[in-house]
Amino acid sequence: MKTYGKFVALIVVIVGTLVWLAVGGINQTKTYYKTIGELREMGNGALGKRLRVAGDVESGSIVRTGREVAFTLHQEDVRLKVVYDGAEPLPDTFRDGAQALADGRMGTDGVFRASKIQAKCASKYEAKPGQKAPAAKQAGV
Amino acid sequence: MENLGSLALLLAFCLGVYAFLGSVVGGWKRKPFLVLSAQRAVYGTWFLLTVASALLVQALLTSDFRLGYVAAHSNRDMPTLYKFAAWWGGQEGSLLFWSWLLSSYSAVVVFTNRRKHRGMMPFVTAVLMATQVFFLILNAFVVSPFQVLAVGREVTAVPDGNGLNPLLQYWAMAIHPPFLYLGYVGFVVPFAFAMGSLITRQPGDAWIHTTRRWTIVTWMFQSIGILLGAGWAYAVLGWGGYWGWDPVENASLLPWITATAFLHSVMMQEKKGMMKVWNMVLVSLTFWLCIFGTFLTRSGVVSSVHAFAQSPIGKYFVSFLAIVAAFTIYVILDRLDYLKSESRLESVVSRESSFLFNNLILLASCFAVLWGTLFPVISEAVTGEKISVDAPFFNRVNVPVGLFLLFLTGVAPLLAWRRTSVDGLRRNFLWPAAGAVALMIGLAAAGVRHFYALICFGLCLFVAWTIAAEFIKGARAIRARSGQNLIASMVELTHRNTRRYGGYLVHMGIVLMFVGFAGSAFNKDRTIEVNIGDSFKLASYELTIKDLREGDNPNYSWHHAVVGISKGGSSLGVLEPERRFYKSSRQGTSEVAIRRRLNEDLYLNFAGMNDSGSKAVIQAYVFPLVSWIWIGFWVLLFGTLVCLVPNKVRLQYARTEVVGVSETYANVEN
Repeated sequence: MKTYGKFVALIVVIVGTLVWLAVGGINQTKTYYKTIGELREMGNGALGKRLRVAGDVESGSIVRTGREVAFTLHQEDVRLKVVYDGAEPLPDTFRDGAQALADGRMGTDGVFRASKIQAKCASKYEAKPGQKAPAAKQAGV
Repeated sequence: MENLGSLALLLAFCLGVYAFLGSVVGGWKRKPFLVLSAQRAVYGTWFLLTVASALLVQALLTSDFRLGYVAAHSNRDMPTLYKFAAWWGGQEGSLLFWSWLLSSYSAVVVFTNRRKHRGMMPFVTAVLMATQVFFLILNAFVVSPFQVLAVGREVTAVPDGNGLNPLLQYWAMAIHPPFLYLGYVGFVVPFAFAMGSLITRQPGDAWIHTTRRWTIVTWMFQSIGILLGAGWAYAVLGWGGYWGWDPVENASLLPWITATAFLHSVMMQEKKGMMKVWNMVLVSLTFWLCIFGTFLTRSGVVSSVHAFAQSPIGKYFVSFLAIVAAFTIYVILDRLDYLKSESRLESVVSRESSFLFNNLILLASCFAVLWGTLFPVISEAVTGEKISVDAPFFNRVNVPVGLFLLFLTGVAPLLAWRRTSVDGLRRNFLWPAAGAVALMIGLAAAGVRHFYALICFGLCLFVAWTIAAEFIKGARAIRARSGQNLIASMVELTHRNTRRYGGYLVHMGIVLMFVGFAGSAFNKDRTIEVNIGDSFKLASYELTIKDLREGDNPNYSWHHAVVGISKGGSSLGVLEPERRFYKSSRQGTSEVAIRRRLNEDLYLNFAGMNDSGSKAVIQAYVFPLVSWIWIGFWVLLFGTLVCLVPNKVRLQYARTEVVGVSETYANVEN
């Protein structure tokens, strides 16, 4: 049984290390999904937390200055100014009217500093899978 | 035509149900005629699915825009290759493709095994067909690819389709999804054999011997699919990475991890009769994860760059996954007595225990990836707040896991079965370990301070050394007897035990890939706004913008930069990144320019024009050692193919009597 004791000890050490790494990793990188409205309600509580905010890119709001890209996200009537200064190029799908997901932190000046942007194009041509209505409508045009 | 296609799918569904029921009843009541008719129904299902697929492909090739699927995923101007690839370019088509591959596999399995394993085969067929029926339900009733566009009751056609997403119009699109699917779908076969064997309580490990090669081929397809995806992301997406821990990437990685664990632990059962329950669990888990991966990719349950929208198929997948889980857990628990181990672990430092730890680590990594991928879903269910984790989490867990696995890769194959003596350890590992330590000290002295990268380089040398030593040792023994030269002896050596030495080659491929992964610790990047004539520096490169052009053609408008590169004053030529904006899909794409070298890649992306339109935004990256990932992949592929070559002399391993490393060989007529 002594051998089995060794095995158990080793397994506990390995699994323990991995759990420790995983928990640390989660705390380090966890990001809260918030709507723009919820973000407003959080007020100062939002400062410092990593957040992910979704919304539509307001048409004509994209401004590039140097390596920074500023734009406005809106969801219904609530708006949020976002400044992106990440190293990665913006996704090809990022443009006026696209649905975007900004990942970053809230600044004290009320501007959201994004370090990562994901975007999905809400193309009018694109029928959503399993939902043929838009394509059919298009056929009628 | 679309009516014929729908009819074919409907009939295939009926035949699939018949094949399933016929096999179960025929196998259970021992009615050979029923079993035979069920087998024929399997061929029939394949034929009907082939007809349906051919009709869809024909509609795509002839641009029949009455079909909603064709209109959404093809257009007139697309090259024929992409028209064909549109078969798996969208939801409905790709599920039909899945179904068709599965039926092809089933037909091959039934045909090649029809005279073998008479007791178990009906249940193997039943498991295959149960999966087939599930996919046929989706094909025929939920997301049919043959839906026509209609206004009122009138069938109409659009003048031109949307075309395939421009990001998908890349040569890899023609082969990346098929390879991944071949891998995903293929694992249903080992699973079916495992279940068939368990249900009928077959004596011995017939299912393992039958599916051994099948498992390796499937694993190879999965590896090709994953690496093609990585190469594609690197060269096309324009974000300069080959792996982003995106949910869909993770979905393809999960079954690969468990399949790798299975490939290793199954050796324990073959040679020692151990870990039988564990192997059942692994093969089931791999199959489950393959279906789960399809679900994750296709249902939009977690958001991803692959951006598939919400769809109605989610609940079907969840039900099927629950059924599979409940069924396998029940069958395994019910037959635990049949899965008793034939020997036990004797020492912590032995081949057995290294397999055990290899499995433990792989599974832990699989679990961590799964957990991270589903974290938004889990956290929302538990706390009501949607919380996601991203790349740093995955790296934090998986980098140490990967390094430990790399270590085992070097150590494990040289450990003896049962227990290893201190003397044996010293003989095998003294020099490689000393070399690794020397390399690490040397690199640290040269200014490399990244901890994980140092460890990784050290381990890579260690593993490569042990593998090379194995080849040389074996080849020398052959040379001493036959007088061939060393290279010929190595070929001879490999041919005598292809699985062992092919396996070493696969390990070598992994080592080379790790060299490439470690290189990412030293990535450099720079984003800069430039005009013609401007120049800037990145690492040791000097980049000068020689020209900026823009233009327009019917398909897309483009911006183009000509960037001169020099290093230490001598010119190295030009790179020409381009940015395109496709008009019909209103989507931009990046045509990155890469200067690939063995030591590092220089990677330029034209990110766009700045707001005033006067300056170009260029992103420049240096990726050290990244080419070794692709080289490692080719070595891995070669090694896997070597594993598939039959041995020159067939080996049979004696069970439990094995002492030390000296396996007992017995020749068996081929």
